[in-house]
Amino acid sequence: MSNLAAYRRPMQSFKPDLRAVPGASPSTLRVQGLSFYYGKTRALKDVSFDIADRRITAIIGPSGCGKSTLLRVFNRMYDFVPGARAEGKVLFEAEDIVTTNRLLELRQKVGMVFQRPSPFPMSIQDNVAFAPRLLGWRRAQVKEAVARSLQAAALWDEVKDRLNAPATSLSGGQLQRLSIARCLAVNPEVILMDEPCSALDPIATLKIEDLMVELASDYTIVIVTHNMQQAARVSDYTAFMLMNQAERFGELIEFAPTGELFNQPRDRRTEDYITGRFG
Amino acid sequence: MNRVRNVRRRFMNSLALAVVYTLTAIALIPLALVLWYTAVKGWPAASHLEFYVNVERPVGIPGAGVAHAIVGSAVMVGLASLISIPVGVISGVNLVEFGGRFARVVRLAADVLVGAPSIAIGLFAYVLFVAPFHHFSGVAGALALAVLMLPVVIRTTEGAVALIPASLRESGLALGLPRWRVALQLVLPAAAPGVITGALLAIARAAGETAPLLFTGFGNRFWNVDPTQPMSALPLIVFHDALTPYPALQEQAWGAALVLVAAMLVVNLASRWAVRRQVRLAGQL
Repeated sequence: MSNLAAYRRPMQSFKPDLRAVPGASPSTLRVQGLSFYYGKTRALKDVSFDIADRRITAIIGPSGCGKSTLLRVFNRMYDFVPGARAEGKVLFEAEDIVTTNRLLELRQKVGMVFQRPSPFPMSIQDNVAFAPRLLGWRRAQVKEAVARSLQAAALWDEVKDRLNAPATSLSGGQLQRLSIARCLAVNPEVILMDEPCSALDPIATLKIEDLMVELASDYTIVIVTHNMQQAARVSDYTAFMLMNQAERFGELIEFAPTGELFNQPRDRRTEDYITGRFG
Repeated sequence: MNRVRNVRRRFMNSLALAVVYTLTAIALIPLALVLWYTAVKGWPAASHLEFYVNVERPVGIPGAGVAHAIVGSAVMVGLASLISIPVGVISGVNLVEFGGRFARVVRLAADVLVGAPSIAIGLFAYVLFVAPFHHFSGVAGALALAVLMLPVVIRTTEGAVALIPASLRESGLALGLPRWRVALQLVLPAAAPGVITGALLAIARAAGETAPLLFTGFGNRFWNVDPTQPMSALPLIVFHDALTPYPALQEQAWGAALVLVAAMLVVNLASRWAVRRQVRLAGQL
């Protein structure tokens, strides 16, 4: 009952964080004039904003506005799409993500949690240990990483007695937390989440949201979400994106601290979207 | 009016059912006859322990067996598997995971090779592995069988790996793992049941082939486990003994055929079991 009530928290009850003003927190990712193409089709045009260190930044907007595309630039997952190409800069630790050659290192530092959890066909423990083992970590380090990651993902208490059970025996919400643990195991600095709760029930969603807020003290989190309430509940900053109807590319309409964006949107289109007039 | 239509509908339904069942039964007749006939004719020879312990004996001397052929089949099919399964599995994974023009050529080659007559493959192996050395050998037989198995392994591996959802691949790649490691250590194990099925079917096919062995492994009347020498195999025993005019040898041929059919049955059941596991696993992903 209390969980349900919490889920129904009004939109105005976004996290009150007085430090959440641009410039108050150093930036981890700086997006500068980013455009993106699938073959000849332009998907993003001239997106620029800074993602604050150890804060939650939400990217919201209607379907097809390029939210997921933008997220996949940050860890270069678009490399696997034939014909996909990015222009502009995304600065991360004094390096440009768009042009870097150190992709494996980048993907360890910028982890990703997908919409649908895809457990590896092995035990709970091995799911988390998989990447550290393949990266050649020592046995003790792997063991430590498993315990640390499962604890950080708030899954440890539920699975500590059955670490060798198949991962597929977990529920949907647990699987999503396992995905988060898997990603934490390789010590990322940024966690990208692509609609991590859209396949979950409200209570599991709430758990993930609480987890995100907790993780934000150690990690920079970027979350793409369809759910405006979710953005309002968990994020410190919000980016609102929209597809340009005339030319069919996605663009950044407004980027602001979440409270500001939801209470006093500067752009007319932002206001229309968050008040539910379209989208 | 309504009742008339119902009667008509029921009649048509029964008629259709009758046709379907009859045709199915006709399709089953040859299968059942082959199994039954092999069992009945093969049992007299195959029911003796000597059959599995001794080797061939001259006509008229009792206690003949096919132990050398069983071993020969095992050695040649085993060697062929050692060659064709690793190569075929890696190629199959490569077709799905990396693709490209090279993959299309490999796929076409595999498709052509699957349909190639096995006697032609035997001829090819003869020219390459027998003629230059001036004698038949188990190795040449194994190589001929390997060529036969390779396309089957490639295509079934490809099919099993392609069934693995892209999200599994993405999750591995997003952890900063290299593509080849994701392909071989994450995707391939997930597809393992299907891959194993393909390998078992290829083994079953190779074990039952006669033509590629006729002028490679050639056959041997004596006990031999050295693959550099001519080797016998169960299908070769069937081929040679069935053509002789001696009832005792013909009985041996039937016995060898029964052993072969029984081995196939075991392999097929094993692969069915593997497929069921695959389906169950895929449902969980």
